[in-house]
Amino acid sequence: MGELEAEKHVQYILSVEKRKDDFESLLMEHLRINGAYWGLTTLDLLRKIEAVDSDEVVSWVMSCQDQDCGGFGGNVGHDAHLHYTLSAVQILLLFDRLDILDIDKVSDYVAGLQNEDGSFSGDIWGEVDTRFSYCAICCLSLLHRLDKINAEKAVDYIVSCKNLDGGFGSIPGGESHSGQIFCCVGALAITGSLHHVDRDLLGWWLCERQCKDGGLNGRPEKLADVCYSWWVLSSLTMIDRVHWIDREKLAAFILNCQDRENGGISDRPDNAVDVFHTYFGVAGLSLLEYPGLKPIDPAYALPVDVVNRIFFGK
Amino acid sequence: MSSSSSSDDELGGARIPIGQRPEWSDVRPVPQDEGPRPVVAIAYSGEFRETMDYFRAVYLAGERSPRALDLTGEAIEMNPGNYTIWHFRRLVLEALNVDLLKEREFVDHTASHNSKNYQIWHHRRWLAEKLGPEAANREHEFTRSVLALDAKNYHAWSHRQWVLQALGGWENELDYCHQLLEDDIFNNSAWNQRYFVITKSPLLGGLQAMRDSEVDYTIEAILANPQNESPWRYLRGLYKGETNLLLNDNRLTDLCLKVLKTDCSRVLALSLLLDLLCNGLQPSEELKEVVESMRHDRSEPSNANLAAVICSILEAMDPMRLNYWAWRRSNLPSEIC
Repeated sequence: MGELEAEKHVQYILSVEKRKDDFESLLMEHLRINGAYWGLTTLDLLRKIEAVDSDEVVSWVMSCQDQDCGGFGGNVGHDAHLHYTLSAVQILLLFDRLDILDIDKVSDYVAGLQNEDGSFSGDIWGEVDTRFSYCAICCLSLLHRLDKINAEKAVDYIVSCKNLDGGFGSIPGGESHSGQIFCCVGALAITGSLHHVDRDLLGWWLCERQCKDGGLNGRPEKLADVCYSWWVLSSLTMIDRVHWIDREKLAAFILNCQDRENGGISDRPDNAVDVFHTYFGVAGLSLLEYPGLKPIDPAYALPVDVVNRIFFGK
Repeated sequence: MSSSSSSDDELGGARIPIGQRPEWSDVRPVPQDEGPRPVVAIAYSGEFRETMDYFRAVYLAGERSPRALDLTGEAIEMNPGNYTIWHFRRLVLEALNVDLLKEREFVDHTASHNSKNYQIWHHRRWLAEKLGPEAANREHEFTRSVLALDAKNYHAWSHRQWVLQALGGWENELDYCHQLLEDDIFNNSAWNQRYFVITKSPLLGGLQAMRDSEVDYTIEAILANPQNESPWRYLRGLYKGETNLLLNDNRLTDLCLKVLKTDCSRVLALSLLLDLLCNGLQPSEELKEVVESMRHDRSEPSNANLAAVICSILEAMDPMRLNYWAWRRSNLPSEIC
C-alpha cells in the first residue's frame, strides 16, 4: 500500500493546469471552473496552494462571470450555471478574495433559481435536481445570504426526496445514490436541519457501501470507486457515523489507486488518473485524518481553516 | 435538417472544414476569449477549435438559422456536455419552429452513445414536454432501450419516472420491474422503481392495497438470494410507519428462521431479527435456539438477552462493520435488556 505521494500529486495537478492541448483538456473546457476548484482545493489540502499565482486565477475566475445575470459559467463566455457559480465562489474563498465579488448580484442570481416547491433549477433551462439545492444552499451560506431564499421550503423539498433506506435521490422517488446523499445531507447540515435525517438507518446504508476490497461504492452491487471515498465518507462524518466503517481498509484502497510514478489518483487500482479522482482521494484521506493533510469540512467541501475564516473571521 | 456539412460519421465521407464551406463564407469565427491573462489559456486544436469558433460567432450574433442548427449538431457531436450549445440549440429550434419529431431522431442518435450525459437527458425532457402525453410510450421505449444496456443508468430512471408522472404510461410498469428483476434480482434500481410504482401508480391502489402480495413477492426473492441487500430493505419499506403490522406478520419471523437454518450469508436475516426484537417482538423458543446455536463464544452466560447475542454474532460475522454492530449492542432499548 505505501504512503501518500503528496509531492507527486502536487506536480500532477500543476502539470494539468499547464497542459492545455490534449483531448481531455478540450472536453473539460466547458467545466474548467469545476476542474480548477478540484485542483486548487487538493493543492490546499496538500498545503501547496501558494504554488499557483492567485492573482492570475482570481482574474480568470472573474472573467467567467456573466455580467448580465451575475452567475458564473464554466469558462470565459459560457452560460451561467449554479454548479459553476458554487465553484467560482469556493475558489475565491480559497484565496480569501471575496472582496472582488458583488455579493448581492451573485446571491440574487442563485436565489432567483429557487422554484415554487422549494427545489432549485440548475440554470434558466429549469433542470431540477437535489444537486442544485446543495449548490445553492452552500453558495448562499458561504456568502452569508441564506436569508434570500425560502430555506424552509428548500428543506421540505430535500426531505421529499428521502427514501425507505434512509438515503436520498435526485428527485422525489429517485433511487438513493451516495452522491445525491452528500448533496442532501450537506444542504440539511448547512441549514441546521439534520434532524430530518434518520442517522442510524442512513448510517447503516452508508456503511454497507464498503466493499470487500475496502473501497466504497455509490449504490448496492456497484463497484467501489475513489469518488465515493468523498461522497460516502463526508455524509457519514456529517451524521457522526464515520467510525462504523473500516477506515484502515478504505485508506489502503485509496492509496492503492495512486499513480506512484507521475502522480494523480484514479477511480480504482491501475486505471488512468484524473483531477476529479485526485481531489476525491485526497479529500477522503483528509476526512480519515491522514497525517500531513489539512482537515476538510464535510459540508462545505473546503479546508476547515478556510471555513473558519468565513464564519469566525479567524 | 442535416445538410452536406454534417459530421463525417453520419455520411461516411470526409468532413469538410467549416471554413471551406460556401454557406459559411460570410461568417468570421470567434476564438475563445482566454480572459485577461493568457496563462490559463487552452490551446485548442483542429476540428474542435474551428467548430467552436464558428459556434461562438453564430451564438454571439444570435443567429437563428438552419445552418446555425446544423452547426450546433456538429458541436454537440464533438462535445455533448457543453450546456451553452444545447441551450442555443433550443433557442434556434423554437425560433425556426422545427418538426420536433425530427429533433427526437437527433437526440436518439446522440443519446445512444452518451447515455450518462446530463444535458442530453434534459434536452430530451424539454422535447417530451413539448410533444405531450402522446410521446409517453415512445419515451418509455427509449428508456427501456437504454436500460437494456445498463439497467442502473440513473438518468434513464429519472427520465422514466418523470415521464410516468407527467405524461403517463403506467399500465405495464410493474411487469417491467418484474422483468428486470428476473434478469437481475440484485438490481437495486429496479427495486426502487418497484417501490415507486406500488406507492405512486394511479392504477394499483397504493401501498396499503399492494402490501400483502408484495410481501410474498419479496420473501420469495430473499429466499432465492438471502445475501441480496435490496429486497431486505424493500421489505422494511413495505411496513413504513406500520410497526404493529411488521411485528404481527408471522411471515417475517418465518423468513428469518428459514434463512438462519441455511448455509447462506445470514447477516441480513439477523439484522431484520434484531430490528424486530428492538421493536418488541417476543421470540419463539425455536428462534432462540437457532440463534443460540450460532454463537461462537459459548462461554458467555446463555441468559444474555437475544438481541445482545445477535449483535455479538454479527460483530464476528461482519468484521468490516464491527463498530456498527457494537454500537447497536450498546444502544439496545432498555425495555428488552
